[in-house]
Amino acid sequence: MVKIKIKDLSFSYGSNKILDDLEIVVGDSEVLGLIGPNGSGKTTLIKCIDRILKPKGSIFLDGRDIKTMGRQDIARYLGYVPQSSSSVLSTTVFDTILMGRRPHMGWRVAEEDIDRVVETMELLNIEEFALKDFNELSGGQKQKVLVARALCQEPEVLLLDEPTSNLDLKHQLEVMEIIRDLVRKTDISAVMAIHDLNLASRYADTLVMLKEGRIYATGDPVSLLTSGNVRSVYGVEVVVIDSFETPYVVPIRSLNGGKASG
Amino acid sequence: MPPETAVKKADLKEEYTRFVGRKFLIMLIFFIGIIVLAGVAATLGSADISVGEVYAAILAKFFPDHFHATWFVDTIVWKLRLHRVLMAVVGGMGLAVAGAVLQGILKNPLASPFTLGIASAAGFGASLAIVLGAGFVGGEYLIVGNAFVFTLLASFTVYGLAKYKGITPETMILAGIAIMYLFSAMTSFLQYVGTSEEVQEVVFWMMGSLGRSSWSKVGLITVVLACCMPYLLLKSWDINAMGAGDETATSLGVNVEGVRVICMALVSLITACIICFTGTIGFIGLVAPHMTRMVIGGDHRFLLPASGLMGAILLLGADTVARTILAPVILPVGIMTAFLGVPFFVYLFMRRRKEYW
Repeated sequence: MVKIKIKDLSFSYGSNKILDDLEIVVGDSEVLGLIGPNGSGKTTLIKCIDRILKPKGSIFLDGRDIKTMGRQDIARYLGYVPQSSSSVLSTTVFDTILMGRRPHMGWRVAEEDIDRVVETMELLNIEEFALKDFNELSGGQKQKVLVARALCQEPEVLLLDEPTSNLDLKHQLEVMEIIRDLVRKTDISAVMAIHDLNLASRYADTLVMLKEGRIYATGDPVSLLTSGNVRSVYGVEVVVIDSFETPYVVPIRSLNGGKASG
Repeated sequence: MPPETAVKKADLKEEYTRFVGRKFLIMLIFFIGIIVLAGVAATLGSADISVGEVYAAILAKFFPDHFHATWFVDTIVWKLRLHRVLMAVVGGMGLAVAGAVLQGILKNPLASPFTLGIASAAGFGASLAIVLGAGFVGGEYLIVGNAFVFTLLASFTVYGLAKYKGITPETMILAGIAIMYLFSAMTSFLQYVGTSEEVQEVVFWMMGSLGRSSWSKVGLITVVLACCMPYLLLKSWDINAMGAGDETATSLGVNVEGVRVICMALVSLITACIICFTGTIGFIGLVAPHMTRMVIGGDHRFLLPASGLMGAILLLGADTVARTILAPVILPVGIMTAFLGVPFFVYLFMRRRKEYW
């Protein structure tokens, strides 16, 4: 089954074209990684898929045209995890995660909604913060709470915008492992924009390499992460070590003395 | 599921249920506070009557068989004091709810009904009526009509300006500040050209007072509140979600711009209906939601009604003190709200429980 099908997708801010004619397919139980330098359109693409931005072209969720779906329907299909979130006015962690139930519940909170929040908190090991203020958490804890909120939506696809930026080594691995395990165990899929090529290589099933708003190449990490591809997309000379299970990218130096495009 | 996690899960659920139950309890306490305070407020004044007599006079109206009051007490309570007390209750409620909604949809703790230029527009409308005698409706409603119309006019202008650039908190606040300065300048101009009596009247109007209350005004504000509150309460989940950012709220299925525009329209309507009768009573709309947030948390399902109750307590308390502290001189309540509210606010601020505010 195909979870998301993107056809002829373009997006511009005014006359500034950000995404140009993209075609992407996200299958069942798949982790799809979006990689590319800053400004290549990863975040914009995630927002276009969730229809936070309104692009040209078509997106089909489970065969349905997203333009014909209501916001509530989209919210039941796609769970969005923003890069970071802070709230000026305080809310507890429990209430933050409970918000993920909004597409499913009425004004009253049902028993089932609370159960789902508690289960998700246990899954991500964050139940001890339940009644803490969200703003008092560390970056890693916040990220987990945001993932938990998206999971509470019970979506078919998780959209994650650089879930590991701002995280330390342990939290990076933890968040990535949680996502991959979820995808393996259930049949949900994940689309994530990600900076770190080695995390992408290790945790993604398929990679889409973006360059200046276009798809430069698509494929599995082994075929995609070659020194040639990285060199022409990032303008960086790298050595790819393939003695691990997945390719490991070691940056050597920036080409053009730091004037590389991006 | 292993038994240990099952226990943990039940604990967490129970803890959350207690957490929510506490909020209902706080609201109940607020509510009882209003009833008691209203009784006390109705006893204070130049005529000496007791709390018991006041309640008897009130109940006598509804259950004439069981309670009765002397004609004297009945007149004092029903004709002179009770509508002023209820004006304080519904006025404080409306201003506080308006503030809580605006702080939520603009994601700005400094927002209040006055951030959007509403107060200065009302002030200008009133000044125009007082100084130039010009207005939309004539007769005794000249000042009221002007204040009301200019308040809504300010909101429409803010909406129009913001719409042009996208309805975000930033555009709305910037447009509101521009409108506020424009109307303030125009009011200053009117004060400059007005006679000293007119200027005095303008200044007095802008301080806010409940002295002009009447049963029909109380009724009107109550009807407006009763019409607006259900929508605001219904949308409290959406306001919660908007607190996490417009994009997140959109991804959770909220029509962000739509909710923001309708909320703003309702808030303007509520504020306009109140301050056109009372003059600009500041502070309640800004501080009542904060005080409430400190004790009840940021969930708008509880924050909105509880802020309303808190606003009623604040305005009623302030008006009661304003009536009695220098009796027979009655101070403008607008001065009193800040004098009384600030120390209380600072106290809560110093000992706030970090988890909730």
